[in-house]
Amino acid sequence: MLAFLIKRLAQAIVVMFVISIISFSIQDNLGDPLRELVGQSVSEEERQALRDEMGLNDPFLVQYARFAGNALHGDLGTSYFFKEPALDVILKKLPATLDLVFGATLIIIGFSVPLGVYAAINPRSMFSKIVMGFSTVGISVPVFLTGIGLIYLFSIELGWMPSFGRGDVGHIFGFWDTAFLTSDGLAHLVLPCFTLASIMLPLFIRLIRSEMMEVLQSEYIKFAWAKGLAPKRIYYLHALKNTMLPVITVGGVQIGTMVAYTILTETVFQWPGMGFLFLEAINRVDTPLIVAYLIVVGAIFVITNTIVDLIYGLVNPTVKLFGGK
Amino acid sequence: MALLEVNNLEVCFGLRKGEVKALRNIDFKIERGERIGIVGESGAGKSVLGFSIINLISQPGYVSQGEVMFEGQNLAKMNHQQLRSIRGNRISMIFQDPMMTLNPVLTIGDQMVECLMEHRTISKQDARNIAVQKLQQVYIPSPETRLDQYPHELSGGMRQRVVIAIGLLMDPDIIIADEPTTALDVTIQAEIMELMLELCERNNVALILITHDLGVVSQVTQRTFVMYAGRIIEQGPTKEIINDAQHPYTQGLINALPQMGVRGKRLHQIRGAMPSLQSVPVGCAFRERCDYAIENCSHNVPDFTESGGCKVACHMVAELKREEQAVKLEIKGGAQ
Amino acid sequence: MNMTAIVEEQTVSNWQRFRQSHFWHSFCIDKVAQISFLVFVAYVIAALLAPLMAPFDPYDPGSIDIMNSELPPSWQEEGDATFWLGTDAQGRDLWSTILYGTRVSLMIGICAVMLQAFLGICIGLVAGYVGGKVDSLLMRLADVQLSFSTMMVAIIVLAVFQATFGTQLYQELAMVMLILVIGIAEWPQYARTVRASVLAEKEKEYVDAARVMGLRAPRIMFRHILPNTLSPILVISTVQVANAIISEAALSFLGLGMPVSQPSLGSLISSGFEYIFSGSWWITVIPGLVLIVLVLVMNLLGDWLRDVLNPKLYKG
Repeated sequence: MLAFLIKRLAQAIVVMFVISIISFSIQDNLGDPLRELVGQSVSEEERQALRDEMGLNDPFLVQYARFAGNALHGDLGTSYFFKEPALDVILKKLPATLDLVFGATLIIIGFSVPLGVYAAINPRSMFSKIVMGFSTVGISVPVFLTGIGLIYLFSIELGWMPSFGRGDVGHIFGFWDTAFLTSDGLAHLVLPCFTLASIMLPLFIRLIRSEMMEVLQSEYIKFAWAKGLAPKRIYYLHALKNTMLPVITVGGVQIGTMVAYTILTETVFQWPGMGFLFLEAINRVDTPLIVAYLIVVGAIFVITNTIVDLIYGLVNPTVKLFGGK
Repeated sequence: MALLEVNNLEVCFGLRKGEVKALRNIDFKIERGERIGIVGESGAGKSVLGFSIINLISQPGYVSQGEVMFEGQNLAKMNHQQLRSIRGNRISMIFQDPMMTLNPVLTIGDQMVECLMEHRTISKQDARNIAVQKLQQVYIPSPETRLDQYPHELSGGMRQRVVIAIGLLMDPDIIIADEPTTALDVTIQAEIMELMLELCERNNVALILITHDLGVVSQVTQRTFVMYAGRIIEQGPTKEIINDAQHPYTQGLINALPQMGVRGKRLHQIRGAMPSLQSVPVGCAFRERCDYAIENCSHNVPDFTESGGCKVACHMVAELKREEQAVKLEIKGGAQ
Repeated sequence: MNMTAIVEEQTVSNWQRFRQSHFWHSFCIDKVAQISFLVFVAYVIAALLAPLMAPFDPYDPGSIDIMNSELPPSWQEEGDATFWLGTDAQGRDLWSTILYGTRVSLMIGICAVMLQAFLGICIGLVAGYVGGKVDSLLMRLADVQLSFSTMMVAIIVLAVFQATFGTQLYQELAMVMLILVIGIAEWPQYARTVRASVLAEKEKEYVDAARVMGLRAPRIMFRHILPNTLSPILVISTVQVANAIISEAALSFLGLGMPVSQPSLGSLISSGFEYIFSGSWWITVIPGLVLIVLVLVMNLLGDWLRDVLNPKLYKG
């Protein structure tokens, strides 16, 4: 366990280091913090004095060290637009984005596992063919078009669902808000979550189906049949557990993709999350906010990958997480 | 009545290019506690035969003709539910590669207990106790701790012992062992074979041993069936087949074995290769590789001819026998 | 005269060999593959001939009349027969804009994939052939590159460029930038597959034979190993073009791709999205359908190729 944690920590440090360098170069090159702070009316000499004072004329490494030191204390600068600490601005939007990711993940797991397994067990049934056909079409529809289509159908034509925003939110633990707690929030969640899920769902159905079909061909499954076990036990224990191993690995990689697609989903549904904020920050050249977003996304990345590795280790007995030989 | 009786069994594989017959006209019987060997090259259909007994041929294969009578019931006509009560319970199987046979993500204990609980109403604790007993029978040290281990924590030989223990769990009437030692180290092969012989004798279990290794067959079995291109071509008591093979193919197989104590003699090789099952020629399938082939061989499939204690499917049996005796006489004459 | 005869004979026999191949046979019996292929060809022709087929030039501000904006397709009541698919918010003929947009989308998709393939094949060949430390370094790099999603990398890079260069300059460079970003972000797909094939081929005797004959490494790689990796490359490429087109559309939708003045299918959809609430569905829906069908036929072709060629693709 300790070795695993140390390895993970080292990886996390490397990733965060890379992200911090990228972020810093962005901050260094993008926009002029002076102009943002004092405006155009200040004379050149005063500017230079201010530059020196703010350390903008220091060597690159010194500036980076200062940036990294501040970042470690949670200080990523002040958003030009909101005039608030950038990290606070981003973290305030984090729950909204995580709502989306969580909802979409539920949908993906809830649909892809049963559908993929069914299609693998009954490859020739009509239903499997329909599922596989839909998943091919699903892969071909860009996520923003799915969103637009759902809005057009369910909000504009049918008027069943709200088309934008997050609705009412409920509060838990005193500091966290989530749309899952109110019926209005849930109604607002449905379309965006399905939209975000739509990009991964077909991929996972196809992946689970093909992995499961391969597993069903294996010797140990044949041996399980020869033992006279019930089909349920063979499919849902013997085969499914082995199927899920590669699926978990791929799933871990796809989480990064999912975070990227929240930007698209949030744009379509004007969902007040981090991605939407990030695009706004880009348009306003709000550098501290851009940097804060990158660092938060990097952190999410590292954390989820660690969790995925942990789950993988728990499912796969050949990986030893806890001590052992 | 024999314990298991296979009558005129035929197995087909429905491929895109058409039907391929993997097994034709298979007939044999096995009595309680008897041990038989099924020998042949890879691709002769011997594994398919093993699986077709418990009706577990992989897609797109199926039994197209004949019957597999087990205690008066035809296994080839049973539904899944009925088959499940036979598989692993009355007839169990041991597979070739113990590395692949055990599910890598389940503990040894799980894989043993599930089998017991499937076929008997029994508590989990009792099932574990039986599992421990069976592991002891196959000489696995400290069986209690093994139950909670995963397959990858065991060596290949140990795993095959576990597979054998699973095969014995329900005290079956028949064990079908499909090349049980091929994937193992040579030193372990002999141990495993001895273990199987001992267990079958002690528990009065019938054994169907599928192998390409004539040495193993002679060590363990009482009767032997030689297969070629989906048919049985020679059958009889193992001793007679090993010492006095009648069919030219069997002779070739035996001559291809290295002999202890004979130096400097070239190993004999059967020329050519077995025809693929998709293009088995008319007549005797072996004729193109056979030194004794006659006109008739390319027209008619030979029937079984009784010769000594054996049955041989060859048109030339009588001639070969005569020739052999002549050679023997000659040797005798020469010696005098 | 003899020469031409020989050449002709050879092409004929190649053609005949192709006609008799498994490849051609499975194409002949697969309706989906045939239709997909036909549709794809139609798209390519439309893209190539866009300037000839389009009744209007959407790049020419002179031909646009703002009075014509948001006209519905001609089969609707308020439609105008001049614009059979209607017009967009700026008054451009939608049919012409879609033709040009398809051209831009396809071009970006194909160029980006060519760049991916070039980078990936070179890196994969080197990694597989040289092996050792170079190999593990390159493959580690591929892992890192893959773990950052393409979308994320592209959004960040393009956003930073847009912020640095300003919108004006960025719009002029948009197409090149899109090709570069999508092209560079996805090379590991190719590199891993090519490397796996090289490792498999390297063991085979003909490569040893080539080496014994004194052929140099690059020649062995390009003349002897590469042709054997063609079928996985073909399968990947089909799907990758589809993916690149989707990525481009998504980036354009976010305003990080092609500008409205020079629209791809993605930026057309994006520009129409605001008007969908006011009832002008066609500006979004029609280019959307065009995009979906294009990507769908490419994915179907990719699936079919995968089934027929059945190459060993890198998993995971």
